[in-house]
Amino acid sequence: MNPMPPPQLRTPLAAPPHPVLTRGGWATVTFVAYLLFVLVPALNLLVPEGHAFHLSDYFVTLAAKIMCYAIVALAMDLIWGYTGILSLGHGLFFALGGYMMGMYLMRSIGTEGVYHSQLPDFMVFLDWKAYPWYWSFTDHFAYALLLVVAVPGLLALVFGYFAFRSRIKGVYFSIITQALSYAFMLLFFRNDTGFGGNNGFTDFKRILGYPIATPTTRMALFVATGALLLAAFLLGRAIVTSRLGRVLTAIRDAESRVMFCGYNPLHYKLFIWTLSAVLCGIAGALYVPQVGIINPGEMSPANSIEIAIWTAVGGRGTLVGPILGAFIVNGAKSWFTVAFPEFWLFFLGLLFILVTLFLPQGVIGLLRRGGWRRP
Amino acid sequence: MPTMPTLAATVRRTLTIAAVALAAALAPGVACPAPKLPSALVSDLALGENDARVSAIGALAATGSEAALDLLQALQDGEVQTAGDTVLRVRNGRATDAVTGEAVVPLPPSRDDVVPNNRVRRELAAAIAALKLASPDRATRLAAAQALQSGADEEMLPAIERALAGEQDPAIKALLTLTRATVQLGSPDRAKRIAAIRALADSRDANTRMLLLPLVEKKGAEFAEPDSDLRAEAELSLRAIEGRLATGEMVGRIFSGVSLGSVLLLAALGLAITYGLMGVINMAHGELMMIGAYATYVVQNLFRSQLPGAFDWYLVAAVPAAFAAAALVGMALERSVIRFLYGRPLETLLATWGISLILIQSMRTLFGAQNVQVENPAWMSGGIHLFSNLVLPWNRIVIIGFAAAVVVSIAALLTRTRLGLFVRGVTQNRPMASCLGVPTGRVDTYAFGLGSGIAGLAGCALSQIGNVGPDLGQSYIVDSFMVVVLGGVGQLAGTVYAAMGLGIVNKFLEAWSGAVLAKIAVLVFIIVFIQKRPQGLFALKGRMADG
Repeated sequence: MNPMPPPQLRTPLAAPPHPVLTRGGWATVTFVAYLLFVLVPALNLLVPEGHAFHLSDYFVTLAAKIMCYAIVALAMDLIWGYTGILSLGHGLFFALGGYMMGMYLMRSIGTEGVYHSQLPDFMVFLDWKAYPWYWSFTDHFAYALLLVVAVPGLLALVFGYFAFRSRIKGVYFSIITQALSYAFMLLFFRNDTGFGGNNGFTDFKRILGYPIATPTTRMALFVATGALLLAAFLLGRAIVTSRLGRVLTAIRDAESRVMFCGYNPLHYKLFIWTLSAVLCGIAGALYVPQVGIINPGEMSPANSIEIAIWTAVGGRGTLVGPILGAFIVNGAKSWFTVAFPEFWLFFLGLLFILVTLFLPQGVIGLLRRGGWRRP
Repeated sequence: MPTMPTLAATVRRTLTIAAVALAAALAPGVACPAPKLPSALVSDLALGENDARVSAIGALAATGSEAALDLLQALQDGEVQTAGDTVLRVRNGRATDAVTGEAVVPLPPSRDDVVPNNRVRRELAAAIAALKLASPDRATRLAAAQALQSGADEEMLPAIERALAGEQDPAIKALLTLTRATVQLGSPDRAKRIAAIRALADSRDANTRMLLLPLVEKKGAEFAEPDSDLRAEAELSLRAIEGRLATGEMVGRIFSGVSLGSVLLLAALGLAITYGLMGVINMAHGELMMIGAYATYVVQNLFRSQLPGAFDWYLVAAVPAAFAAAALVGMALERSVIRFLYGRPLETLLATWGISLILIQSMRTLFGAQNVQVENPAWMSGGIHLFSNLVLPWNRIVIIGFAAAVVVSIAALLTRTRLGLFVRGVTQNRPMASCLGVPTGRVDTYAFGLGSGIAGLAGCALSQIGNVGPDLGQSYIVDSFMVVVLGGVGQLAGTVYAAMGLGIVNKFLEAWSGAVLAKIAVLVFIIVFIQKRPQGLFALKGRMADG
C-alpha cells in the first residue's frame, strides 16, 4: 500500500514539513537511551542488592510493563490524537499480539508441564490429542514474531477496510470496535477455541532457551521494550512530521475538505490504523513474557477504554504526551491498588471526567500553556 | 423346584386373590368403616414365605380398601406382630386383631415382630402408593403416583387402571399413564407391549421418549429389541412424540427470543432517547439500569421490614422508585458533566465511562461487592404449563408486558405531550426551537432524565430475572448499543424491531451453535450490516440524516 497520495494529487500543504526532531529533541532521546540501556541495567544487575542505588526487580518489571502500555498509548495517539478516530479495540490487538507470543512460550515449556506431555496442560485437560492447525510452526520463534505482526495487522486491515470504506466514523466506529473486541473476548473465553479458555496461557518456563524468570532475562526484555518504545516514538515522529502526518491531521480536522482536495482518506486511515494495531501487537508480545500470563480478560472493553484515558491524560496530538500519560495513570494505579484498593475506581473515574472537562490537551497542554490550538 | 406344600399354598393364594378381586369389582369404592380383611391374605402377609408375602401384598393392593392400606402402612412402620397364628397390630402397647379389627386384651405375652426383607419392602412401598392413589388429597395422590413410577409391577395394574379412570388432575394422570405403559412394556405378552407402545404415541410427556428409545437402540451390531414389528411400532410412536415435542420447542424458542428481546428493548429504549434523539453517547447507561435494580432491592427490603403483609405488591412501589432514582441521577449527571460536552461525542464517551466507574464503585461501597437478593413476588413465580416440555414463566411474561407498556407510554409521551413536542423540536432544530421560546437547556435535562428513568425501569425488570450486583450494567451496555445502532438513530420503531429481531435470532442461533458462538455471530452480523446501511434499519432521510 502506498501511503503517499498519487503524484498528480500531491499538492503541497501550507507549511513545509518539520524536521523529525529538533537538536534538543535528539539530545533528549540520546539521554533516555542511555538511561534505558546503560544506567538501569547497571543499577539493577551490577549494584548489589541492599545498596542505596540498587534498582529492585519489582521496579524493573513495573517499568517494563508500563513501557509496553506506553507503546500502546502511542499507537492510540497516532489513530486518535492525530487522525481523530477513537478506537476501543486496541486492547484486542494488544492481547492478540500477546496470545501469539504466548503460543510460542507455551510450546517452549516442552514436557515440563503438570502432565509432562508435549501438549500444553489445558489441551491435555481437554483430552486433545494433537495441536490444532493454527498452532503449527508456533514453536519457531521467528514464525511467532511473524504472527505477532501479521495477526493484529491483518485483522485491523480487513476490519478497517470495511469500516472506513463505508465511512463509519466517530462514535459509530468506537462502538463497533468495542463490539469487535467484546466478540473476541467471548470467543477466547471458550475452551474449544484452543487458547486455554478462561485461564489463558501461564506458567511459562523459558524464552529462546533462556529461563524466563532470571534477572538477566528480565533485563534483556526490559531493554528490548525500551528499544521498541524509542523506535515507536521515532517512527511516530517521522510520520507526524511528514506530509502523510499532515494529511492525517487534516482528516481529523476536516475530512470532507480533504476529500474535496482530491485525497482519498481511506488509504491514509487504513495505513495508520493498521500500523497502530501492529504496534499494539508487538507491545502485547513483549508484555506477556514479562508478566507471565495472558488471558481473555485483557480483551475486555474496559481495558481498551483505559488505553484511551492514558492518551488523554498525557495529551492527545503530541507523542510525548501518551508516554507520559501511560506512566502517570499506571504509576497511580499500582500505588492505589496497593494503598487504597477501594478508591482506585473512584480515582480513575474522576480522572476520566476531569481530563475531558478541564484538560482536553492533557498534562502536556498544561505544561505548554496553550501552545497547541484545539481542532 | 417348588416343593409340594408351596405349590398348594400358591393354588390357595391364587383362589383367594381371585375372590378378593371379584369382591372389589362388585363393590367398588364402598368405604366401610372397619371391613374385614380376608384372613388368608393377612396370615400370608405376616406368617408366609417371601413369595407368599409379595403376592399377598399385590392382592391387598388390588382390593383398594382403606383397611388394606392401613395394614400395609402398619407393616411398613413395623407395627405388625404375630402371636402364634394370630396377627396383631400393636401400637402404643395396645393390640388389635389385624383381621377383625377388634381389640385384643390382654396383650399376649410372647409376640414376634414381622420383619420384611428388601424385596418385600419394595413391593410394600409400591402397593401403598397404589392404594394412596385413591386418596381425596391431591398432594398425596401426586406423591403416590411419583412413588409408583419406579417399582410398579403387573399386579398393580388394576389399581392403576382404577385410579386412572377416576383421576381428574392432568399431572397425576400423565404420570399414571406413563407408569402403566412402563409396566405393560415389560410384559411378556407381545400384543400388550404393542398396545402399550401405541398408547404412548399419544403422550405429551418428554419422558416417554426415554421409555421408547431403548427399544430402537442398537446394542453392538444387534438391536436391543429383537422383535422387528415392535421396533417399527416404537419408531412410529417416537416420531409422533418428537413431532409434538418439536412444536413445543419451537414455541419455547420463540418465547425466550421475545423475552430476551423485551429485555434488550427495555435496556435500549433509554439509549434510543439519550443517544438516538439527543446524540449523547452515555456509557453509564448500564449503571443507571443498575441503580434501578438497586432501588428495587431497597424498596423490597423496606416492604419486608415495614409492610410484610403487602410484600407481594412491593413491585408496584418499586417501579416508580426505580424510575425516579435513575432519572434523578441522570439529571444530575446531565447538569454537572454531560451538558459541557454536547457536540463532542468522543469526549462524552470517555467522561460517561468515568461516571460509570464511579457509580459501580459507589454501589460496591454502599451495598457490598456481592450480588444482592431480589425476590419475585409470589404471583410472579411459577408459569403457564403450555406443553409438557414447555413452561412459560410468569416473570418473563410480566416483563414482556411491561416492556410493551413502556414502549407505548414513551411513544405517547413523545408524540402526544408538550414535553415530547419540545424534545422533538430541540433535537430537530435547536436554534429554531430556542427562538420560539423553548427552554432548550431544561428540555435537555428532562429528556436525559427520561432516558435515564427508562434505564431505571429496565433495571427494575432485570432484577426479577437475573442477579443484581454492581456489574449488572456492564453486561448489557454492548448489547443495548448494538440494538440502537441496528435500529437506527432517532427511531423508536427501529429500536423495537431491532431488539425483537436480535432477541429471536440470538435464541435460534443459540439452539444451533451454543450461546457464545451465537453472540459472536450476531455481533459479526451487525458489523457487516453496518457496512450496508450505516444509518441503521430505519434511517432518517435527507438533511436530518447528517448527524
